Amino acid sequence: MRIFLSLVVLAVIAVGIGKTLMEIPFGEDTTNVGGYYIQSGRDDTGAANIVTSVVVGYRAFDTLGEVTVLFVAAVGLGAVLAVGSASGRRRDVEPASLVLYTGCRFLFPLILLFGAYIFIHGHLTPGGGFQGGAIVASAFLLVYLGCRGRRIRHGWSKATESLGGLVFVGLGLLGLTAAGHFFLSNYLPKGTVNHLFSAGIIPIIYVAIGFKVGAELAGVIDDLVEESE
Amino acid sequence: MSFLESYAYYVGAFGLILIGLLVILVKRNLIKIIIGLSILDTGVNLFLISVGYLASGTAPIFSREGIDSGSMVDPVPQALVLTAIVIGVAVLALALGLAVRLYQNYGTLDMRKIKELKW
Amino acid sequence: MIILVSLLVLLMLCAAIAALVFRDLLAAVIASCVVSLLASILFYFLHAPDVAMAEASIGAALVTAIFVIALGRTRRYEE
Repeated sequence: MRIFLSLVVLAVIAVGIGKTLMEIPFGEDTTNVGGYYIQSGRDDTGAANIVTSVVVGYRAFDTLGEVTVLFVAAVGLGAVLAVGSASGRRRDVEPASLVLYTGCRFLFPLILLFGAYIFIHGHLTPGGGFQGGAIVASAFLLVYLGCRGRRIRHGWSKATESLGGLVFVGLGLLGLTAAGHFFLSNYLPKGTVNHLFSAGIIPIIYVAIGFKVGAELAGVIDDLVEESE
Repeated sequence: MSFLESYAYYVGAFGLILIGLLVILVKRNLIKIIIGLSILDTGVNLFLISVGYLASGTAPIFSREGIDSGSMVDPVPQALVLTAIVIGVAVLALALGLAVRLYQNYGTLDMRKIKELKW
Repeated sequence: MIILVSLLVLLMLCAAIAALVFRDLLAAVIASCVVSLLASILFYFLHAPDVAMAEASIGAALVTAIFVIALGRTRRYEE
C-alpha cells in the first residue's frame, strides 16, 4: 500500500517535471544577467574566471551566507555527536601497513600544495576556495586512513576556521567604511587581467574561504572518525 | 538521434531526480534515505547546469586572448551549483551524524522500528 | 560525442538504480560515488570546469568517505 502510494506520488512528480523539461530549450540562450556578467565581469572585477567573479565579486554576500551555513552544519554535527560520547575509552587501533603509512606521509604535503595552488589561482583558472578546501580536507582524510592515531588539534583547526571567517567579514567591512562604498566592494587595485596579483580582494577572500572550508571539512571528518573509534 | 542530442542531459537529470525520490519514498533504512538525498542533489545540479549550457559555447574563463565573450555558457547556474554542492556535503554530514546518534540510541536504522519516527 | 554522452548518462542511471537495489549499504555508497563521478564528467562536457572540480573532489571523494566512516559506526547491511 505504501509503495503503491509512493509510486502514485512519484508519477505525478514525474509528469510535472517532464512537461517542464520539454518546454525548456537545450543549449540556446543565456539569461540576461548572465550575459551582463560575461560582457563586463572582466572589467568590473578584474578576474579572468567569470564564475569566480560571480561567486566572490557580484554575489559575495551570498557566499558569506553559504559559508555561514557550512559553519552551522559543522557546529551542529559536533554538537550532535558530542552528546554523551565522553566515554573516554580508546581502543588500540591496528596500525596501517608500512606501504600505506609511507605513502600517506609522502603524499600529504603534495596534496596540501595542490589544494593551495587550486585556491590561490581561483581567479585565473578553474577552481577556487571551495574546491581547494575540499582537496585540503581530503589530505587530512588520507592522514586519518594511513597514519592511524594521528589527530589534528582541535584548537588549530578552530583557529584557522575563525581566522578565515574573520578575514572575509573584515575585508567586507573595510569596504563599507574605509572605501566608502558598500559591503564587500572591490576597493583594491584591479591590476592586469590574467596576472596572479590582480582582481583586488577576490584572491584574498578566496584564500580565506579555502582555509575556512578546509578546516571545516577536516573538522567534520574528525568528528565522525573520533566517534567511530 | 535528434531527441538524444537535445535531451540527453535532461534525461540524465530527470532520471536521477526520480530515482532519488524513489529511494527516499520507498526505503526505510536511514542511511539508504541519505544516499537517495545525495542522488537527488546530483540530479538537480545536473539539471541546473544543463539549463545554462550554450551549444558551441566555451567555458566562462578568459584563459587567453581572443576568446569571444558572446559565446560563453551562462555563469550564473554554475555559481549557484558550486554553492549548492558545498551546502549539500554539509547537510549530508549533519544527517549522517543524526543517523549515527539514532543508531546508538535505538540499535537500529529501520524507520519502522524507531517508534518516535513512525509516520 | 553525443554517443559518448548518451553512454555516460546510461551508465549513470544504471549506477543510480544499483544504489537503489543493493542491500549491501557499502556497495550502495560506492554506486552513488560512481553517480557523482560520471556527473562530474558530464559537467566538464557542459563547459563547467569549476563545478566539475567541485563535484569530483566533494561529491565523489569526501561524501563517500563520510558515508563509509558513518557505516563503520552503524551496520553494513540493510535489514
